[in-house]
Amino acid sequence: MKKVELKNVSKSYDGQTNVIKGIDVSIEPGEFFVLVGPSGCGKSTMLRMIAGLEEISSGDLYIGDLLSTKRSPSQRDLSMVFQNYALYPHLNVEQNITFGLHTKKVTKAEQKKRCLETASMLGLSELLNRKPRQLSGGQRQRVALARAIVTQSPICLMDEPLSNLDAKLRAKMRSEIRQIQRKLGITMIYVTHDQTEAMTMADRMMILHNGDVQQIGHPLDIYNNPANTFVASFIGAPPMNLLNGQVGDQALILGDNRSISISKKMMDELPSNAANITIGIRPESVQLAKEGKMSFFADAINVEVLGTETLVTFEVGSKQWIAKWNGQWNIDIGERMPLYIKEDDLLLFDADSGECIWHKEKVEDKRTLKEAML
Amino acid sequence: MSSTPSLSTEQINVKQAEFKGKRELPSFVVGLLYLLPSILLFSVFLFYPMLRTLYLSFFLTDGQGVPITFVGFENFTYLLQSTSFQKSIKATILFVIYTVPVGVILALFLAVISNEKVKGIGFFRTMFSSTMGMSVAASSVIWMFMYNPAIGIFNKILVAIGGSETQWLLDPKYALLSVAVSTVWMNTGFAFLILLGGLQNIDEHLYENADIAGVSYWYKLRKITIPMLSPTLFFIITVSLINSFQTFGQIDILTKGGPVESTNVIVYSIYKEAFINYNVGSASAQATILFFCILIVTILQFKIGERKVHYQ
Repeated sequence: MKKVELKNVSKSYDGQTNVIKGIDVSIEPGEFFVLVGPSGCGKSTMLRMIAGLEEISSGDLYIGDLLSTKRSPSQRDLSMVFQNYALYPHLNVEQNITFGLHTKKVTKAEQKKRCLETASMLGLSELLNRKPRQLSGGQRQRVALARAIVTQSPICLMDEPLSNLDAKLRAKMRSEIRQIQRKLGITMIYVTHDQTEAMTMADRMMILHNGDVQQIGHPLDIYNNPANTFVASFIGAPPMNLLNGQVGDQALILGDNRSISISKKMMDELPSNAANITIGIRPESVQLAKEGKMSFFADAINVEVLGTETLVTFEVGSKQWIAKWNGQWNIDIGERMPLYIKEDDLLLFDADSGECIWHKEKVEDKRTLKEAML
Repeated sequence: MSSTPSLSTEQINVKQAEFKGKRELPSFVVGLLYLLPSILLFSVFLFYPMLRTLYLSFFLTDGQGVPITFVGFENFTYLLQSTSFQKSIKATILFVIYTVPVGVILALFLAVISNEKVKGIGFFRTMFSSTMGMSVAASSVIWMFMYNPAIGIFNKILVAIGGSETQWLLDPKYALLSVAVSTVWMNTGFAFLILLGGLQNIDEHLYENADIAGVSYWYKLRKITIPMLSPTLFFIITVSLINSFQTFGQIDILTKGGPVESTNVIVYSIYKEAFINYNVGSASAQATILFFCILIVTILQFKIGERKVHYQ
């Protein structure tokens, strides 16, 4: 299992503007590393540079301590799964899986053995003689996966492998890919635009925006402590509620004459020059005010009941905010709700740079099974 | 209450009657109407001449091509026994063998090398496909000059490297080959363009996956390019074959079927029989034979070739 290290890696197509700007990251052996960002942020380009399909304009790439910037794709000892699977339509499943194995000096018998092993691991044993066009989308995806696994490369790259599947199958494959990666212990670098995939699969993830790294870290760390407004709005569904406001005297002043009063302690922690700020609050942190709590009122403009939870849209300032409550709620449109926001749940960002200037350090919120049993 | 339903049914009947009056034409007639323009054109220029040819091939005709006497299969039996016609068939087959494989392989080679992403590749692509824009007559004249024993470039080169002058178009040994070379040149542009189009349709990811697997260039060519290109290759082989069987223009300009009938391919022989010897019956019989030859070859090709073609 190998480590992948990028040192100040940039990519430019025209020699002037960089589409990837000075990326430094070290991907640990056996890690499931997710590159996530909106389309056009450069995540696929970065993956293709690691694969060697795209030239690195400047900077160095190390694969397992070996400088690999100039090496050809085959010398980097990795496998790759493409978004459209890139299966050979004229070859059957078995030939597709074993394609190119002869270059790695694998004997015919060994090829057959590995192919059968992998096929049974992915439930393809019955399909070995079929052509790709006789397979469903999910089966094709498995063949592409099998082709990557069968090479026994220590590193596997995946370029949005699940984006062509329907939602249900996607959720299933997500857990399946994660299990296979854990079982084989391979280093996985996985590109996706879907923040759910990133949150659920990653050991660590990197959020990219316009070729810039926004934040690198464990999914929950990023969720709880987003570095800036972009990360805050990109990670989490529904996204974090954001609104511009000013810092007043022991209060945060919102657009429509509303304000959230804050404690003196928090006031002291704020940078002294903070004036224009963006206030962020996660939908699940907007609570229904119980008696005796400081609250504000808002009218419900839309209600989505999802079965396990209810999303209520309401207006604050000029923005629509969403509150997410557990369970099924019967709320009429236009109904006035008393809402309450805990001070510790607030995140404050600089309005100009978008950088996070204040948040309450959260102890990991995840409950362990042991705790629950006590 | 009982009267109400009967009233309403009457109304419905009236409506149905009205509807029947404006009933649309059956879809078969509508379809035919859409096809009418092409049916008309094809009938005048294709179906009628074809049937007329078949009809004439059973007759003895006068100089104007008017049928005089019904002779049954006599035209055919005469042809199959005539050495001239046998030579003509032999020349045609040789011509097809000379031009089709070489032409297709050359076009494939050019298409593969110009499918690389290199600066200025557009120039080469234009050059390689430019022969498509040349008429047969114009290019034949160019080749005629090049083959000219006195001033042609081929003899100049041959003499320069110490060979003796060759009568390219007048020597029965070389004439057919010379015409074949010029034909390959003329047909390459079209085949090149079609094959290049086919190559560019192949998914780039297939090659990228092969690059990561680390297979050699030849392996990629053999295992990805050729199979993925097979529908296009099949098309181009079929078209080239039919084209080659029907060669006329360059023969007429370069050799006129000579010397000693060595380049007298079937289509030229038909032309000579009909418009020089005024033997329309025999010419029609030859045309009929050619038609069935091409038909059989094409059917065979589909039967054999299609098994090796991978449609997506």
